[in-house]
Amino acid sequence: MGSPPWFFRFSGRLVRWLLPLTVALLLVGAFWGLLVAPPDFRQGNSYRIIYIHVPAAVVALAGYYVMALAGAVSLIWRIKMADVTMRAAAPVGAVLTAIALVTGAVWGKPTWGTWWVWDARITSMLLLFFLYLGVVALFEAYENKTAAARACAVLSLIGTVNIPIIYKSVDWWYSLHQPASIKFTGESAIDSSMLYPLLLMIGAFYCLFALTVLLNMRAELLWRHRDSAWVQQLIGDA
Amino acid sequence: MSSEGPSVSMFAAFSWQFVRHAKTLINSPADVANPLLFFFMVITLFPLGLGPDPERLAAMAPGILWVVALLASLMVSSKLFASDFEDGSLEQLALAPYPLPILALGEIAAHWLATGGLLSLVSPIFGIMLGLPTQGLATLMFSLLLGSICLTLIGAVGSALTVSIRRGGLLLSLLIIPLNVPVLIFGTAAVNEAVIGGNAVSWLALLGGLALGALALMPIAIGAALRVSLDN
Amino acid sequence: MYFDSLSSLWHMDGHGIYVWVSYGVTALLLAAMVRLPISRFHRHWEWVKSEQLRRVSAEPTGAVDGQKD
Repeated sequence: MGSPPWFFRFSGRLVRWLLPLTVALLLVGAFWGLLVAPPDFRQGNSYRIIYIHVPAAVVALAGYYVMALAGAVSLIWRIKMADVTMRAAAPVGAVLTAIALVTGAVWGKPTWGTWWVWDARITSMLLLFFLYLGVVALFEAYENKTAAARACAVLSLIGTVNIPIIYKSVDWWYSLHQPASIKFTGESAIDSSMLYPLLLMIGAFYCLFALTVLLNMRAELLWRHRDSAWVQQLIGDA
Repeated sequence: MSSEGPSVSMFAAFSWQFVRHAKTLINSPADVANPLLFFFMVITLFPLGLGPDPERLAAMAPGILWVVALLASLMVSSKLFASDFEDGSLEQLALAPYPLPILALGEIAAHWLATGGLLSLVSPIFGIMLGLPTQGLATLMFSLLLGSICLTLIGAVGSALTVSIRRGGLLLSLLIIPLNVPVLIFGTAAVNEAVIGGNAVSWLALLGGLALGALALMPIAIGAALRVSLDN
Repeated sequence: MYFDSLSSLWHMDGHGIYVWVSYGVTALLLAAMVRLPISRFHRHWEWVKSEQLRRVSAEPTGAVDGQKD
């Protein structure tokens, strides 16, 4: 399970069908969300951004846990493959968080009139973005890359414990300070004609996450083991 | 290092570290005064930047005081394990037959007393300077006392992770700021609640809970982080 | 299909620019995010391959450390 050549073969087969599946799900989901689903009663057509914003946000948050879990496995059982997984997941999560932030801001303009609103969700996303950047920056800052992986594992574990606390406290913060003049409606009951494409897009983004992590891992492993017999044979035979 | 055998209790190991670092701090009063001075000067910037209107300053005072306390904590955190790392005593401590988390806690405790603890005790003075109503002053002090325990512990993890990196101070801030946010939110909520005449006890209890949680969990992470830094 | 013409699809009752900028930026970022590891993989592959060829071509000269002549 933890052996690089086995993983290489397995991930190669996996990617071969995961890539077209992901693209298909994304295209179908986007088409459905953009063209087929009806416009929102209050927000009109700008709500269609939800089909990117929410999936990106959901997978970005889940991705942090994947990264931290991989870090924990690498720290506790010293499995090298796990720290490759952790390193592969970090930039993906960061990009998805950035997409959630940008789409959130763009969505905010037609909805509430400003490009940036400090509501609970966006503020939590921003802090998640900083958490991701921290992991990436910490890895780059260390000279010894084995120590770097362990440091990132420790950091992401601390982040994991803190994320629920951060999200909850930001929620409370927002409700304490909520300006009376503007009412930000929460996730009210969503119609099924809008829910299904959203679920599809969330699934698509999960596939995208898995795909990108696998691709990152394959590139990393190929380089790391470039001098090993199995790589030499793999490429020599190709 | 220590001539005592492993039969010495953990508390003795903790105290040894505590006393050692407390002595260092007492012998360099600049290290103790600097954060206070920083706090003082930055607090002064706010009326200059926002205008001297007492009502506006008073309304913003809880937030301002807490944010500046957070910044001061960031500033001192980078010094936390630096001297021990540089002169090699951290390596010795890691090899000692005592749990590194306990040894680190000794240093952290001394550090906290001189920085966060001290700052909390004098904070009402700065509260008055910003026009914080009297009913908020005690809560300000208690919220900072409890909160600074959290901030110091979180800062310690950040410092432990970055002590081997050159110019790690900026990275330290990036790592720590998201983790400090809940403490900031609860702290300001407590003071705001007290100012309007409400009961801040529930917010202080939350802060206390965070402090206890941090005391229980952070030292393990700090120990692990210190070992990682030694390997860099 | 909610929209009855391409122009109404583009304009989305005035919100078109927000929607299309969001989708467009996202599409670009995601495409880059997937493309980067793929091209990195190919680069590594090619590097190993060229190293192999270099070593093979160096052998007939009997060079011990693979010096090019």
